[in-house]
This record gives sequence, structure tokens and C-alpha cells, in this order.
Amino acid sequence: MATTACFIIVSRNDIPIYEAEVGSATKREDAAQLHQFILHAALDIVQDLAWTTSAMFLKAIDRFNDLVVSVYVTAGHTRFMLLHDSRNDDGIKSFFQEVHELYIKILLNPLYLPGSRITSSHFDTKVRGLARKYL
Amino acid sequence: MIGVGKIKQYSNVLDKPLAKGKQEVSLSAFAFLFSELVQYNQTQVDNIAELERRLEDAGYAVGARVLELLCHRDKGNRRETRLLGILSFVHSTVWKVLFGKVADSLEKGTEHEDEYMISEKELLVNRFISIPKDMGTFNCGAFVAGIVRGVLDSAGFPAVVTAHFVPMEGQQRPRTTILIKFAEEVLRREARLG
Repeated sequence: MATTACFIIVSRNDIPIYEAEVGSATKREDAAQLHQFILHAALDIVQDLAWTTSAMFLKAIDRFNDLVVSVYVTAGHTRFMLLHDSRNDDGIKSFFQEVHELYIKILLNPLYLPGSRITSSHFDTKVRGLARKYL
Repeated sequence: MIGVGKIKQYSNVLDKPLAKGKQEVSLSAFAFLFSELVQYNQTQVDNIAELERRLEDAGYAVGARVLELLCHRDKGNRRETRLLGILSFVHSTVWKVLFGKVADSLEKGTEHEDEYMISEKELLVNRFISIPKDMGTFNCGAFVAGIVRGVLDSAGFPAVVTAHFVPMEGQQRPRTTILIKFAEEVLRREARLG
């Protein structure tokens, strides 16, 4: 089943530190920019919602046509945002949790400046592998 | 061969499991490393305020990481959204993991609404350090103040955190107090959340 999905990690200072198009559908040229625009527009909603609950996984918080934005907020207020068209809540939650573990391992590196871009290609490979597995 | 264990070799740190690992580090190793850190910074700066700031920055990096790791490991992925919640998290969980015991006390300041104090009879980092008279009020606990600031800042509660010596009657060595002064926006948000 072909799914469109765009995954972005946004730091506490609202700077994207990682982006990936992880859907299995064919990619269109303009689709990527539209996806990023939708995700950035959803940041305001996330900001308010994050303070109302102590859970990390905030389910679908915004919609655009038939695409849904789901968000996972970590303790350090780093947001994992996923734009997708499927309804697989459990799969998305597991995906977020696994990426969270990867993110913590990157963060524990003393030479990594929190809030800077994640450039590790190994991280990229693992995230795409997880996306194929759970989404 | 007898006694040869094969430890699984991981090619990349991202593949290693994020398990509990060894909980304790040798105190003397840490004290040695910390003393070298202080001495190195002493050669780089020419006044005390700058030295305190550098120690704080070193602690800030630790605090940011400790927050993420502990919330994931010990708190089952629950974030802290309230002031008292994050303060008791720092006072018990963070202290327990870093120093092996919970902090001695957590108090609310009487003069100002936005001040809180965590007190410790003797900070672990200060155990083997004595301050010469000409350095005045300098306190190596600035490192711990930096850790607390890192935790609070990353969790969304910006604050100014400083370490002070508080002399106590009947005790030879003064008590150390970490003074936390929260920013305006934290109090406003707390009031809004009710």
C-alpha cells in the first residue's frame, strides 16, 4: 500500500534538525515543499498542546485535505512530526518511540550540540528502515 | 578457551542498546577529572565570574542530556509540565542518578515568588575541594548549578541558577544551596495552567 509520509524533527528553538520523505508512494516535485509547509504551520498547535498533557505522543493534531499531522514531543521539547495519510496509530506510536531512542543516542554524544542538524548517515538509514517497518 | 567471553561488537553507537549499564562510577576518577576541569578553566580565564560561567556551561550540557535520558529510562516517557513536578524531578530523580541520594531539602523562597532552593549538606563535587581565601565567594558547585539549569531550560522552565555557601552554626563546613530563580514566563504559564 503506497503511503505518502514526511518526517521532520524540530528542535526546541523551532529549527528543523532532520527531514526525510519516508513514504513509499512515488514522489512528486512540489509535494515535498508542500509537506514541509504543512508541518511548519502545525508547530503553533503543538506548542499549545504540549503544555496541556504530560504524555509524549500527541495523536493527530491537524489535518490538511486527507493528510494528517501526528506529533511526538520529547522531554527536552524536541518535536518529531509526521505527515501521513494512513490511520495506523499504533504503528506510528512505535515508530516514534524507536526514533526517540535513536535520538537520545545521538544526543548523548558530547560532541553533538543540541539543536544542531543531525548529519549522521547511519541515523538516516535507520530512520528510513524503521519507517518501512512501521508505516 | 576457558574464561573467554565474546562481547557483541557494535559497529555504530546507534545500534547499541540504551540499557541501564553500570550505575556507578569511581568517585576518585570523577574527582580527578573534575579537578582537572577546574584547573584547566582557571588557566583560561582571568576573573572568578568567568570561571563560574564556564563551569556552569559545562554543567548545562550535562543537564540537557540527563533530562532526556532519565525521562525515557526512569519515567516511562512522561514529560513534566508543572513547576512543582519538574522541581521534585530534579530534587529526587536527577540527584539520585547523579549523586546516589536525593537532595537534602527543597524549599520555596519566602521573599520572592519565583525563587526555590535545593540544599545539600556537602555537594559531591565539592568533597575534595577547598577554596582559597582570595577567591571570595567562588563555589565549584557552579557545575551542579549548571546541570540544574540545563535540566530546567531544556524542559521549558528557563531559570537563573546559582550555587551559594550558607554557613550553619555548629558545623564546620558551610551548607551549599542551589538557588533557582525562574523567569517571568514560567510563572505566567503556571498561573495560566491553574
